[in-house]
Amino acid sequence: MLVIGAGGAGLRAAIEASAAGVKVAVVSKSLLGKAHTVMAEGGVAAALANVDDRDSWQVHFADTMRGGQYLNNPRMAELHAREAPDRVRELEAWGALFDRTADGRILQRNFGGHRYPRLAHVGDRTGLEMIRTLQDHGIHRGIDFHMECTMTALLAAGGRVVGAVGYDRERGRALVFRAAAVVLATGGIGRAFEITSNSWEYTGDGLTLAYDAGAELIDMEFVQFHPTGMVWPPSVRGILVTEGVRGEGGVLRNRLGRRFMFDDVPDLYKSQTADNEEEGWRYCQGDKTARRPPELLTRDHVARCIVREIKEGRGSEHGGVLLDISWIASRMPHAAEHIRKKLPSMYHQFKELAGIDITREPMEIGPTTHYMMGGVRVDAESQMSTVPGLFAAGECAAGLHGANRLGGNSLSDLLVFGKRAGEHAARFAREHGQAAPDPAQIDAAVIALYAPLDRQASGWSPAGGETAAAVGAMGVGAAGAASAPVAAGAELGPYQIQRRLQVLMQAQVGIVRRQEEMESALAQIGELERQAVAVAVGGNREYNPGWHTALDLHNLLTVAAAVTRAALERRESRGAQFRDDYPGKDEALGKVNVAIRRGADGEMTVTRVPLVPASAEQRRIIEEIQ
Amino acid sequence: MARAVFRIWRGDAQGGELREYSTEVTTGMVVLDAVHQIQAESANDLAVRWNCKAGKCGSCSAEVNGNPRLMCMTRLSDLPLDRPVTIEPMRAFPPLRDLVTDVSWNYAAKQRIKPFKPRPPDAPDGTWRIAQDDVDRVQELRKCIECFLCQDVCHVLREHRLHERFAGPRLLVYTAALEMHPLDVENRTADLRGEQGIGYCNITKCCTKVCPEGITITDNAIIPLKERVVDQFYDPLAKLLRVFRRQEARDGGTP
Repeated sequence: MLVIGAGGAGLRAAIEASAAGVKVAVVSKSLLGKAHTVMAEGGVAAALANVDDRDSWQVHFADTMRGGQYLNNPRMAELHAREAPDRVRELEAWGALFDRTADGRILQRNFGGHRYPRLAHVGDRTGLEMIRTLQDHGIHRGIDFHMECTMTALLAAGGRVVGAVGYDRERGRALVFRAAAVVLATGGIGRAFEITSNSWEYTGDGLTLAYDAGAELIDMEFVQFHPTGMVWPPSVRGILVTEGVRGEGGVLRNRLGRRFMFDDVPDLYKSQTADNEEEGWRYCQGDKTARRPPELLTRDHVARCIVREIKEGRGSEHGGVLLDISWIASRMPHAAEHIRKKLPSMYHQFKELAGIDITREPMEIGPTTHYMMGGVRVDAESQMSTVPGLFAAGECAAGLHGANRLGGNSLSDLLVFGKRAGEHAARFAREHGQAAPDPAQIDAAVIALYAPLDRQASGWSPAGGETAAAVGAMGVGAAGAASAPVAAGAELGPYQIQRRLQVLMQAQVGIVRRQEEMESALAQIGELERQAVAVAVGGNREYNPGWHTALDLHNLLTVAAAVTRAALERRESRGAQFRDDYPGKDEALGKVNVAIRRGADGEMTVTRVPLVPASAEQRRIIEEIQ
Repeated sequence: MARAVFRIWRGDAQGGELREYSTEVTTGMVVLDAVHQIQAESANDLAVRWNCKAGKCGSCSAEVNGNPRLMCMTRLSDLPLDRPVTIEPMRAFPPLRDLVTDVSWNYAAKQRIKPFKPRPPDAPDGTWRIAQDDVDRVQELRKCIECFLCQDVCHVLREHRLHERFAGPRLLVYTAALEMHPLDVENRTADLRGEQGIGYCNITKCCTKVCPEGITITDNAIIPLKERVVDQFYDPLAKLLRVFRRQEARDGGTP
């Protein structure tokens, strides 16, 4: 069995599969322990009810559905809420050390959209604790780790996925894995945008591998813009500022000093939200009778309010708003010490990178591209995609979060569904065994792999199109290469193409969207695709980032097109999607997910698929827990 | 701001040289930004590892003007830009290409350390009760982001190349975190003295100085471990006790 990705979901899947007795290989784009899970700060959501005994899986389920504007797969939301507590306790048995309550149990903190304090955490470095625990547990379980390898194509035979082709960064050798089942755990697509909290790795690899293999993607229009990224200095723009700051009492203010989040509370959350500063503070201090402050509304809403303040001229000096935790000094003794203890890496990050002491002054923040709610459409129980033998878990899978993800639900997502994917992929692998891929498929994938280097070496002219035609026909490598009219050669290098795409997506398919801009974006993505299939890179095969970037372009462009097409299809505003031209909700669109698939002609097709219906019991829970 | 000159080591296992690049410097830029800018502008194939760009993943370790640093946390405004900034790969590890080194030894050596082994659960539901104080005591050691800068600067590894006999500061911090874990019941003292070669450390504290997470490696991890080794192996009473135990085992052993 092959697991692609070694973040939390990939590691958890590999551990489960190896425990089931299946031989597992894990490939990761970076070194072990460096995946994006390490960046997660605030905590992992699980209804342990250690801090507030009113919490239960039912409330967590209802919160997740409400946060996702009911576009979630309710079965996934239920499994997630039911199983998260066991997954967290299991981590503790593997050596993770969470912060504690007074009676020695796992401590939980408040977070946006969660009704009760629910996030198990370790200061603000929960992700590091989790990935290190999984990594250190995993290395003793006979899993075969291949670090710094990237997969570029899946292999199919007899209507199922039977392996993958890629390369190792160190030597640039082509790698072929034969596997009875493949789990995608490749994370998100943040690198398709200009301002992002994501690292170079998040280029939509898993989504594109799945798409190219014929699997369906859903909810691609829902990209989460985290409300609080750093904005100054320019080089740190987009780096995440944890929601934990607001969970600990941090407040948002505009340039005029106004706590603008009180000005616009959505009806869906009115009954749960404090209407004065005093009550909000009491909530952050654990007063069970208090309602949460409006800063802890869902991320989509907070991000939009911040954009509104900036657009209407009430933003801060460098085009953000102010996030202030230092103010708690007026409410508690030893506040500076408390902040440094509860938010050590935020303290460090601002001190080192911006020269700001957050215990004394406010932070300047603004929205940053953070998370992909959409992804590979999977079966709730097994995490299998619409292509047999291909599974997906974590950020690259879709369904749990619907139109908007709650903070803390991603770490629990990757534990719950990483385990499930590992378990079911292992079962599938045992039941079906290995099958031989078509050698022609392997050849085509390898040709595509070296194409950018070969073009440079031979002064290859894309007008000939031989390589591109072979690649396009196999469904690997360059997007639509076979059918698209090819430009007379790439005028841009790989970094320039990537950069243009990022600027384009940020400006025209970002937080606020409208029809004409997105249509124009789609045309420009098409032009960049034509450039990308002709891109040539210098240097050799050994650890050559220019070549790697050139290979990532196909993935970035594919997911960028998918996001844009899905966003065009959803002519309404809901969750993370805000359409300036359709600011309201549309009842019919509230009943469907938008699905993206590669059509028989190789073109991207967009369809509406009905939501997975909630059971009578699930509906009852949702209605009861208002 | 103006342009600055960077001398970046380009090469591979066979050898290499410092090559000069110039790029524009803007407010707040860190060394990694400059490397990326140079990569995009004039050296597309310049090899460099990075991920989070916020000092949390420990990927972009290098030697900046001779100092082991995370490139993402080194601001250009803190460096003298009137002369070239030198950027070289970590020297304690074999070079792969440009700024990328072969750090796989760290992973292999870690795998040989006895894993976490918890005591039986405290509560019937399979959970444990742990005091926050006990968590706090070990948290400092668990902050490690595995950037391996401490390994890079350690003279036992860097100059004496004793990778096969000495685990280095990072893995001693890891072992200390396991040994001081409130639930762990494994004993790694014999391995510390043997395979991990803790005796090679002569407490020069170079590792502590370069740790980007500010972990007091020598004082809070290595010295306490050295004390455990001493307690178990050099305490005269314990030594006597071990002799007796061996005697007993021989007497009571199967023929």
